[in-house]
Amino acid sequence: MGSLREAIRKALTAGEVAGVVGLILEEGHPRPHLFTKEAIDELERLVVGDVRYPLAGVLLKIHRSDPEARLGIVARGCDERAVLELDRNEQLNGEGVVIFGIACTQEQANACQCAQPYPSSHLFGERAAPVSDSERFDRLESLSKEERFQYWMDQFGKCIKCYGCRNICPMCFCPDCVLEDNDLIKTGNIPPEVPIFHLVRAFHMAERCVDCGLCEEACPAGIPLRTLYKKMRNVVTTQFGFTPGITKEGKGPLQYLGDGEFGKQEGH
Amino acid sequence: MINYHTVYTTCPYCGTGCGMLLEVMNGRLVGVLPCKTNSINQGKLCIKGWSAHEFVHSPERLKKPLLRKDGRLEEVEWDEALSFIASKLKAITQTHGPDSFAALSSAKCTNEENYLLQKFTRAVIGTNNIDHCARL
Ligand code: SF4
Ligand code: SF4
Ligand code: SF4
Ligand code: SF4
Repeated sequence: MGSLREAIRKALTAGEVAGVVGLILEEGHPRPHLFTKEAIDELERLVVGDVRYPLAGVLLKIHRSDPEARLGIVARGCDERAVLELDRNEQLNGEGVVIFGIACTQEQANACQCAQPYPSSHLFGERAAPVSDSERFDRLESLSKEERFQYWMDQFGKCIKCYGCRNICPMCFCPDCVLEDNDLIKTGNIPPEVPIFHLVRAFHMAERCVDCGLCEEACPAGIPLRTLYKKMRNVVTTQFGFTPGITKEGKGPLQYLGDGEFGKQEGH
Repeated sequence: MINYHTVYTTCPYCGTGCGMLLEVMNGRLVGVLPCKTNSINQGKLCIKGWSAHEFVHSPERLKKPLLRKDGRLEEVEWDEALSFIASKLKAITQTHGPDSFAALSSAKCTNEENYLLQKFTRAVIGTNNIDHCARL
């Protein structure tokens, strides 16, 4: 923790970065914050821990308001994957982003069933062992097609259309979201049109989802969204040899469709 | 210099009282995040909470009372608006009795404001016609 703080302090005071996105402890709550040279003392209240916020999404917001500023981010494995994937989708210039990587605890990796619970570089902390099997995923795979279909229909029926899954997702950067387009998806009711609402989002996530699980954590209805997107990730990896968040090169399967502009939309 | 920080507050929309973080960038409200460590909502919000920042900078937001004059709504000062309401209320309740009046309060008000409105309705006007928006 001390060395992470020092590395950030050095980068800020040397002017290597204009600001670093991380979590600050205020009023007893860790929350996203932009640490800057002007308020360097705030670094004393920098925290890392169990609480997770969409820091890559916050980084994107700040980048959009000031595209010239070089930014840093205190990144877990999934935050780094999100930065890479935002770069691949031409939303950020990933090379301009300085990663202050932190390793997740084994407990966190187990809870997330995370295949890469650490960023690739600039690491603070001990690496936990990757968890490549997801028993939640396997349990659903073992059901018959009919049972699985019924399971998901029941789950989608619980949706209260808060849009929290989309709002918190660092990869949902589209200026106009189809989930609010009443011509495509009937949105006038609760739940929103089942299963289209959820399947459309799942398809969009197929080539972007970095498996951070923030959507599932934000879902007031307790729908196992992460498991659904893990399935999409799995299909895309095995069928198309593409996994989001691993490199900034390559085309996702949907980017072969149409004029290839999906996912390259201008931000807000 | 860019500035991004959050302000911890309670959702203004209903009595559940979800904790939210208002995202402030360069002095403007740009978004909402659910507070993960608030024991009430534990990192979740409903659609109203997620959109709670939108009215603050909305160009359609009313900043002054509007009074209809010759068929058109016009901005007026609070004194004028309140005197107008008071004179109308007096006239209506004097002619048709206190039960010709009903008050609808709001889940967006504080407990104290809701208390005041029911007190006003019962003790000043003299009717039990008081309800709130959650039952509309
Ligand atoms: S998904 Fe979970 S375990 Fe993996 S890097 Fe993110 S927080 Fe850590
Ligand atoms: S796990 Fe959920 S929040 Fe995270 S990238 Fe995938 S869809 Fe978005
Ligand atoms: S990726 Fe799909 S669900 Fe997400 S913001 Fe874009 S259109 Fe909406
Ligand atoms: S977070 Fe859950 S309840 Fe909200 S829109 Fe998404 S699936 Fe529905």
